[in-house]
Amino acid sequence: MRLEPRSEVSPVRFILAPVAAVIASLLLCSGLILWSGASVFEAYWMMLTGSIGSSFALAETLSRATPLIFTGLAAAVAFRARFWNIGAEGQLYAGALMVTFLGTGEINIHEGLLPPILFMGSFAAGSLWLFLPSLIKIRFQVDEVVTTLLLNFVMLLLVSLLLEGPLKDPMGLGWPQAAPVLESAELPRLVQGLRVHAGLIIAVILALLIWQLQIRTTLGFEMRAVGLSRNASQFAGMRVGNILLITALISGGLAGLAGYSEVAGLKGNLTLDLSPGFGYTGIVVAMLAQLHPLGVIGSAFFVACIFVGADAMSRSVGVPNYIADVVVATSLLCMLVSMLQIKYRIRWKS
Amino acid sequence: MDWFEILWTTSFWVAAVRIATPLIFGTLGELVCERAGVLNLGIEGIMTLGAMTGWMSVYMGADLWTGVILAAMVGSLLGALHSMLTVSLGLSQHVTGIGITLLASSLSYYIYRLVLPEVTSPPRIEAFTNYPIPLLSEIPWIGEALFNQSPLTYLAFILVIVVGLVLYRTPLGLAVRTTGENPSAVEAQGMNVIGIRTGAVMFGSALMAIAGAFLTMSAFNAFFFNMVNGRGWICIALVVFASWHPGKALFGALLFAAFDAYQMRLQQVIGSAIPYQVFLMLPYLLSIVALILISRRVAIPQALMIPYRKGER
Repeated sequence: MRLEPRSEVSPVRFILAPVAAVIASLLLCSGLILWSGASVFEAYWMMLTGSIGSSFALAETLSRATPLIFTGLAAAVAFRARFWNIGAEGQLYAGALMVTFLGTGEINIHEGLLPPILFMGSFAAGSLWLFLPSLIKIRFQVDEVVTTLLLNFVMLLLVSLLLEGPLKDPMGLGWPQAAPVLESAELPRLVQGLRVHAGLIIAVILALLIWQLQIRTTLGFEMRAVGLSRNASQFAGMRVGNILLITALISGGLAGLAGYSEVAGLKGNLTLDLSPGFGYTGIVVAMLAQLHPLGVIGSAFFVACIFVGADAMSRSVGVPNYIADVVVATSLLCMLVSMLQIKYRIRWKS
Repeated sequence: MDWFEILWTTSFWVAAVRIATPLIFGTLGELVCERAGVLNLGIEGIMTLGAMTGWMSVYMGADLWTGVILAAMVGSLLGALHSMLTVSLGLSQHVTGIGITLLASSLSYYIYRLVLPEVTSPPRIEAFTNYPIPLLSEIPWIGEALFNQSPLTYLAFILVIVVGLVLYRTPLGLAVRTTGENPSAVEAQGMNVIGIRTGAVMFGSALMAIAGAFLTMSAFNAFFFNMVNGRGWICIALVVFASWHPGKALFGALLFAAFDAYQMRLQQVIGSAIPYQVFLMLPYLLSIVALILISRRVAIPQALMIPYRKGER
């Protein structure tokens, strides 16, 4: 196998790359569906109608896409600077913990101030949880992948400890769950009776802001430069360590906001199963979007369709709903190959 | 029993060696990949799929060693996928590895659910039993811990020696190590960098899968969700801690496992004065601290994470 650089990069290929990746992954996964004895066409049709076929399904998909936009942005911002934050899962819970500390009435905060304080608090908590590994990275050159991954486990244990101890809801019938957030802290539903909530609006606005930050500001330029080449950025007089640290703080904060949006917008309280791996799925969302903040909105919607659709499909045709995780993981790998083909041509004979 | 007496009990040392076994396999596997210049973050998923494959084969009626071999084969297949993407195509080793982990673990759960749709409590299998080595196992204290273990544990110890000898005493080992340091020099010798890296990743991934298989076939005797529980990531930390050296990897895995076995026993001694989650956090925190302490002295393979393309610099 040999790679041949393409002389020009066509914009068509740029747009077709994710589409091709998704089609390839659906084709690859149809083998697994056949194995379960279901008809492939029927299964994928069920996924489509189960995710966008009715206003109820669509609202469910949008509410599932909301945390994925946050974690997808978190990964996109960090990966652009080649900072490998794989700890969005832990940062999400850090944000959710902060919302529980501040928003359940234990601390007296004026009703009107509560939403902005929770917003900033959960951002700060997510940042803080990533601050430690980024400092270790910058100071001691310890690879951030391993430290951020390990801290995910630490955070889950910390949440479990607090939910069984000081944060346990006395009204929770013995379940390890925190007290619900105050009504004034809740994010309003966008449509009466459906689960889609104002977190979605916040997520979309943040995607726009990050996009503007990346294309219009010096910081955005520096973040990209540091991602392209550490040495060249250093040589150009940029303070690479500081830029990485700021990138990390933004990335961690965005993941923390996912926790805020889930607790205050959807679940109402903190439990140990708040996130079914939104942090890890955010990586796939970011890659499918080619790390573009606006693309994240689209790819989060697509990934949410797969998850919500697979739930509906597994209820009706009996394919285990883990198929969603397989499709998403396969899409990631296909997307990597697909992105490569934007710039290179793959020759099978050398 | 107080906190100090734990160290003198035989059961503590037996447990430490048992807990170390999957870490030895996993660390050794990652070490071989990284020595050839490829970071394999697929380890967590490969361990999960290895655990599922080994368990499922035995559940379906295969004998134990067939299960281990099948797990290793599935592991090396995933290794082949990882190296096709990162070595042949030169894609990001970080993102590809995470992708392999997501794919392999979700595939394990999918297949498990497909074969056993209605099962709530995971079925158990007839697993490996301890095989006491005659004479040696009768040495007091050490004998019980080192020579009355699962056959897979002996295999782990043997593999440390074999991998160490091959890496440092054979032309093949020299080629693998040089590939991780200076691939152009390997190419200049007329050897195939892509081939060496692919082979190393496939072999390493097979070891990772056996690490997983140990969990279902010798430790818990059943497969359940999230059973690998970060052990793969700990192996990656242990490789750094061991400065990419097989002997030190064995030492690191044993030290880590001893600490793990100790905290479990300490929990019982201390009781509920300290929440159990604090003890469970310690292994992860310890790994991070170890990485910081070792960071000044690491001899990281120079070409680690740098894709090799012929004729490019």
